[in-house]
Amino acid sequence: MKKPIYLDYSATTPVDPRVADKMCKYLTLDGEFGNPASRSHPFGWHAEEAVEEARANVAALIGADPKEIVWTSGATESDNLAIKGVASFYGKKGKHIVTCKTEHKAVLDTCRQLEREGFEVTYLDPEPNGLLDLGKLRAAIRPDTILVSVMHVNNEIGVIQDLAAIGKITRERGVLFHSDAAQSTGKVPIDVNAMNVDLLSMSAHKTYGPKGVGALYVRRKPRVRLEAQMHGGGHERGMRSGTLATHQCVGMGEAFRLAREEMATENERIRGLRNRLLNSLKDMPEVYVNGDLEHRVAHNLNMSFNFVEGESLIMALKDIAVSSGSACTSASLEPSYVLRALGRNDELAHSSIRFTIGRFTTQEEIDYAAGLVREKVAKLRELSPLWEMHQEGVDLSKVQWAAH
Amino acid sequence: MAYSDKVLDHYENPRNVGVLDKSDPKVGTGMVGAPACGDVMKLQIKVNEQGIIEDAKFKTYGCGSAIASSSLLTEWVKGKSIEEAGKIKNTQIAEELALPPVKIHCSVLAEDAIKAAIADYQMKAGAKDSKADAA
Repeated sequence: MKKPIYLDYSATTPVDPRVADKMCKYLTLDGEFGNPASRSHPFGWHAEEAVEEARANVAALIGADPKEIVWTSGATESDNLAIKGVASFYGKKGKHIVTCKTEHKAVLDTCRQLEREGFEVTYLDPEPNGLLDLGKLRAAIRPDTILVSVMHVNNEIGVIQDLAAIGKITRERGVLFHSDAAQSTGKVPIDVNAMNVDLLSMSAHKTYGPKGVGALYVRRKPRVRLEAQMHGGGHERGMRSGTLATHQCVGMGEAFRLAREEMATENERIRGLRNRLLNSLKDMPEVYVNGDLEHRVAHNLNMSFNFVEGESLIMALKDIAVSSGSACTSASLEPSYVLRALGRNDELAHSSIRFTIGRFTTQEEIDYAAGLVREKVAKLRELSPLWEMHQEGVDLSKVQWAAH
Repeated sequence: MAYSDKVLDHYENPRNVGVLDKSDPKVGTGMVGAPACGDVMKLQIKVNEQGIIEDAKFKTYGCGSAIASSSLLTEWVKGKSIEEAGKIKNTQIAEELALPPVKIHCSVLAEDAIKAAIADYQMKAGAKDSKADAA
């Protein structure tokens, strides 16, 4: 068993070796290195064929037409293009956008920028299980609302929003629906038509493809218009200029093809491992699963180990690579805004660990991780004055703390 | 983030973890920080008749730097008079542990903790003295 053990598959995934092999054929002189936009010779034609085959594979995973796929540099760019593109094009029709507080920063920060440009944004609170109350969503839509943006799967807690139900509402109300699906491709079946999604952001590197490439699905029927955010040679039907990175597109296409073929069996294996991890931790005192367990991707387990601070726990768990909802590792001392939005108190928000399992995780690794977590949580609790107070029966919420 | 070897050493082998009897008049207890900020330090000192700190214990909820800062501090204050211990500055702790700028607040918290423990001890001693005077 190689250490540290990688349990951070929601941060990024390794490129599948089958994907890497294929990508390598599109780089060098003896491969297909041509510019896919070159129309005058076979170098360009062959590269274009490869890019179009990849585009078809991306489209197939989400039930779209290949003509509806726009290549981008990743989900962040896709989110920016979708939201700013819609805002610029439909801004005369209305200036109101609805989104959720637990969205990725690529959506939240883009919305903040639009607020500075005169748009109004409603940030919905999720329910304590992380899911949106559709009644609240319906009530938030106004006559001047042009866009609803709700992510498919949350990156921290892995909960799955009901896109089909949201899409039904937005379609009825004549509002565009964008969804950030960076965390859901290859994890949850997606059908943009059944779900009435108009714009869908995707990333390659969360699904065993390379970093630096993503895509945006843009519906053609009924047609969704976007104002381009990147201008130049008019690539991607004018929506996103810039020479296509053939090897990256090929990588994403191959990764998405594999996801389509293997998703069902892979997710069952991963769910088994996740449940094994959960079952070996859940009998500890004062541990809490963050987010709904039912409506959740198979590979995510986000738990709070009360009275232990997340960053010190991560330090103790140096043989496993996980992430913490406590942002103490950055300059800010704020705990995870996602956990705060669920109404978790500060101690629990500061005490959370996200385990995300993937294609190359083994049962041996899960068993090792579970043992390590139990041992280190016990050790840190021995060190924790909060644990001691809890043992003595002190109600920590009633203590007057000297905040600093 | 990369931690210095000294932080790692204190974090992995924390010195003087534990509890002293807080009802003992010779024991001063300081608890600073807040769970909301992600760190709480409890520092206790036991002071002898000569005003020398003969024992110190801590418990800390917080990041590795916070644990290391309090562990180091308990080592430093043992054997010092309360006057000397009260003069320890956070900058000395930060320097010894090579704390990065985002972790300076951990050393500030440690300084606050020893000051709070000393104040608690002195308050108890003062209360005892005034009782003695009254008698």
